[in-house]
Amino acid sequence: MDRFLDQFFNLEIMARYLPDIAQGFVVTIQLAAAVIVTGLALGLFLAIVRAFQIRPVNFLIILFVDLFRALPPLVVLIIFYFGLPFIGITMTAFIIAWVVLACVLAAFAEEIYWAGITSVHSGQWEAARSTGLGFAETLIYVVIPQAIRMTIPPLTNRTIAITKNTALASVVTVEEMLTVAQTSLAYAANTSPLTMAAIGYLLIFFPLTMASRWVESRYAWKR
Amino acid sequence: MLEWEVIRFSFFNMETIERMGPRLLDGWWMTIKLCLAVVPLGFFAGILIATVHSFHIRGVNWAIVVFVDFFRSIPPLVLLIYTVYGLPFFGWDVPAFGAVLVAFTFNSGSYYGEIVRAGIESIPRGQMEAARSTGLGRVQAMVYVILPQALRNVAPDLTSNTIELIKATSIASVVALPELLREARIAQGLEYNATPLIAAAVIYLIILWPMVRLLSRLERRMMSAR
Repeated sequence: MDRFLDQFFNLEIMARYLPDIAQGFVVTIQLAAAVIVTGLALGLFLAIVRAFQIRPVNFLIILFVDLFRALPPLVVLIIFYFGLPFIGITMTAFIIAWVVLACVLAAFAEEIYWAGITSVHSGQWEAARSTGLGFAETLIYVVIPQAIRMTIPPLTNRTIAITKNTALASVVTVEEMLTVAQTSLAYAANTSPLTMAAIGYLLIFFPLTMASRWVESRYAWKR
Repeated sequence: MLEWEVIRFSFFNMETIERMGPRLLDGWWMTIKLCLAVVPLGFFAGILIATVHSFHIRGVNWAIVVFVDFFRSIPPLVLLIYTVYGLPFFGWDVPAFGAVLVAFTFNSGSYYGEIVRAGIESIPRGQMEAARSTGLGRVQAMVYVILPQALRNVAPDLTSNTIELIKATSIASVVALPELLREARIAQGLEYNATPLIAAAVIYLIILWPMVRLLSRLERRMMSAR
């Protein structure tokens, strides 16, 4: 038991690496915030564009969505990070992680928003149009507000799941929490820094996961 | 024109594919084996969790919620690194494949568990009562009456989670399990060329794109059935 505590909960080592881990924690939060804001916004934008039903544009949107839903995010991340320099494109690891994860979130969000938009009863469209609203106005003032309400539970779950993927950024050397923890683990020859990182992730995601349960019951699809 | 030549050479290099093809195939086979092990394991863990949950044993259910939310909150990569570094410490000399199985079973079991629970809760109580009154035991009623209906109701979510799980197996490359992505990265290093990475992406697409299309169709069918 002592050996176990020494290896996984070594307070001395934890205290030594706490400042580093805290810095990584901040980077993780920054990356997560950037991904959530841009990903959800891009997803909504794509869903709105898709509602206009312009054939070639819709084809491109569906292609984008399918690609990012089918490819493992780590594969995309690695192609961007290790592949693009071959053709002379270099970006910082943080930007790459941000762009890739935001695109993944946008792809899933677009599907969810789109499902929400198509599930709004057609009578809503007709009623709104008959009051003199144009197509875009109907979409933005009547349909989207109702659609968003329905999309909140699946969107919350998906956003949490994709935001957890910020840990993947450690593979492309973004200085986020897991990277710092792994470096510290190597220096200290001890698993305690990783325990700290795990606690850090729990601090962020455990409340969110609990909240998503509440959201699910609060905004449940009415059957 | 030069630009296109550079892209073709770095991303779509046939000679690289010829040399590295066998390596990529080995990786593909390892990914398939990993999926064949981890999808059923996670699925049955999920059914077990949801079934126990449905018996409404106080205390036990509270523990299940904490367990499930814990594993849904930890990024799978963190869990993976933990099991790979941690399990040997307990004196279990597990190969990387075993450590990966453990991590993914806990992670995906929690997600599958939540989905199956939602499915079970979508079945009216009367079904259980009717099944019990015909003389079926609790477990029998669950297995023969409730679960078949429950699983059908959540088929899209199950498909979606399976896709996520197959995608997540690529994370095992980080802990040196020689699956598709790992082999592609080694090949990329050996050849100093990004083609193996593109090839790996194409292989993932061949496996997963049909599933994503199927999922879209399932989701639409469920939506119109409402």
